[in-house]
Amino acid sequence: MHNNKVVNNKYNQDKFPDSKGHFGIYGGRYVGETLMPALLELDEAYNTIVPDPSFQSEFKRLLQDYAGRPTPLFYAKRLSEHLNGAFIYLKREDLAHTGAHKINNTLGQALLAQRMGKTKLIAETGAGQHGVATATAAALFGMECRIFMGREDIRRQAPNVQRMKLLGAQVVPVTSGTMTLKDAMNEAMRFWVGAVRDTFYVIGSVAGPHPYPVMVREFQRVIGNETREQILRRTGGLPAVLIACVGGGSNAMGLFYAFMDDPLEMVGVEAAGKGIETGKHAATLGQGTIGVLHGSKSYVLQDENGQIKEAHSIAAGLDYPGVGPEHSLLKDFKKIQYVAIDDEQALEAFHALCVLEGIIPALESSHAVAWAMVEAKRRPKNEIIVVNLSGRGDKDLGIVSAYN
Amino acid sequence: MNRIDKTFETLRQKKEKALVGFITAGDPNISDSFSIIKAMCKSGLDILELGISFSDPTADGPAIQRSSARALKQGINLRAVLEMTGRLREETSIPIILFSYYNPIYAYGAKAFYKDALAAGADGVLVVDLPPEESDEMTSQWPGDELDLIRLVAPTTPLERMIQIARSASGFIYLVSKTGVTGSDGLDTEDIKDKIGSLRSATKLPICVGFGISTADDVAAVASVADGVVIGSAFERLIEDNLDNPDLVSILANKVAEFKKATKIVTSQ
Repeated sequence: MHNNKVVNNKYNQDKFPDSKGHFGIYGGRYVGETLMPALLELDEAYNTIVPDPSFQSEFKRLLQDYAGRPTPLFYAKRLSEHLNGAFIYLKREDLAHTGAHKINNTLGQALLAQRMGKTKLIAETGAGQHGVATATAAALFGMECRIFMGREDIRRQAPNVQRMKLLGAQVVPVTSGTMTLKDAMNEAMRFWVGAVRDTFYVIGSVAGPHPYPVMVREFQRVIGNETREQILRRTGGLPAVLIACVGGGSNAMGLFYAFMDDPLEMVGVEAAGKGIETGKHAATLGQGTIGVLHGSKSYVLQDENGQIKEAHSIAAGLDYPGVGPEHSLLKDFKKIQYVAIDDEQALEAFHALCVLEGIIPALESSHAVAWAMVEAKRRPKNEIIVVNLSGRGDKDLGIVSAYN
Repeated sequence: MNRIDKTFETLRQKKEKALVGFITAGDPNISDSFSIIKAMCKSGLDILELGISFSDPTADGPAIQRSSARALKQGINLRAVLEMTGRLREETSIPIILFSYYNPIYAYGAKAFYKDALAAGADGVLVVDLPPEESDEMTSQWPGDELDLIRLVAPTTPLERMIQIARSASGFIYLVSKTGVTGSDGLDTEDIKDKIGSLRSATKLPICVGFGISTADDVAAVASVADGVVIGSAFERLIEDNLDNPDLVSILANKVAEFKKATKIVTSQ
């Protein structure tokens, strides 16, 4: 199923998205008219405020002094030796403030919201990491904050719910549909329609209507920029392969984007849940078809009538039947290879990283680690694998202990 | 002149406003839904908006979310709604607008949808999450222009954008009365009057107002300033409250008659 050939199809970054937010046939703005003026205003603000040097210097200062960047690039020596193959390096986004890469984006969007004169933030969350990161940014900027979270996710990610409340956010339980990330996003969009004049919607992934996919990518690409510099400085060369988990796809896009012109492989790891063959999975790029969900066109898990299917993953942050539109284009370009890891493989990787490296990874990131373990064994010892360890796993202790 | 234009022309002559009813096709089940809608069409509805359920209705409030969920549980899909449209067309001559999110139409295919909708006797389509910026991909596949594309104008839409939207609209303009999802509370008639004033400077098309209209008094108030009044969630709530009531069909028919009466008491233009 996999070959070791270097994939180097030219992906012209400057071409995507176009002025209306299209990544080839994907992306766009599929929303009701009430939200269109808000998205046009956001697009305008994003294009004028974000490139401004004063915005950029404040954003950089926050990433450094508040979020703790740059995050380390760590050589996982015992894990690599255990696998007896390629060297595995971990980009330690779990060490960023709030415990995941999500803070990079929420600081960027909150700063933009403040400069647009918005006083309230809303967000959807699955695993709760984006919710915590949004609540954190809201506290830092003195803004009101409301987080929409499916009741099922509130149950399985309880520690993060408590953190959001401590940070002063209101957590709104969502009881429609499967009560997970998809439904939280539906409810956040519904609330935004009614509060659009003074409220900024902080979307947590490279998904949603334009300009969110490009904006979130730009706020997250610091991950890859740092990684590229760190690996070159440390080893004098580039990695053979980059690996990141993909739910909506923000940590993957953040890591990969700096390497788009480099001769290396990139692998996005989706959730195979209870197994692709059971139908209970979240492998949107692997198994989905093209459709429109949450404001953009992309691959989605859907039936033949265009009704969205339920996703499943042990990792709440990957439990989503959609994916960011640029990932769909990159899949079609064959620029990134997308694979899937099931619940059990992710748990094995979770435990391996705990005992071999003293790092408790998020279940989402454990999917990327699991694929790295597969890759390392079949690659020569002089090759380097970089894994985006996108978050820490404290939030998952309940799920892991319940599973055993 | 198509059915939609003719309807507004006739109403103008009768000095009445249009009663536009939104109803989710297939709620509470396909056969009862057909009976309810048929009775509504014969009780004074001027235009029918037939809702095609979608699993993730992000523009809708709780009443229509639940009605969509009930219909989907009964196995409703776009093909079944088109089939129902054909059967309704044999019973009524009022305009039928298909009301959908984009994904079911995208999955069906825009060209096939156009042909099959017209063949079934539909007069227009309103795609709630397909703004003018994205709608070319659908209409460019349409082999003709017999199906009206009903456009939405929102309270947040600036005048310049209203003009742009009106330019590509046909049939009538659907003015959303307030920010928020369908079925939200509260109605500000003065504000609606202002919006209609702006919109009249941008278009000659009839203007129908919807969102948050739930009583006969609301209908009369909106009818005094608009060309038509759209009711949706109020009907869905009535269905939901009477799921086990043997008189469900006549309850809906009576409600339509009550609302229709309110469109005839027009105080000012």
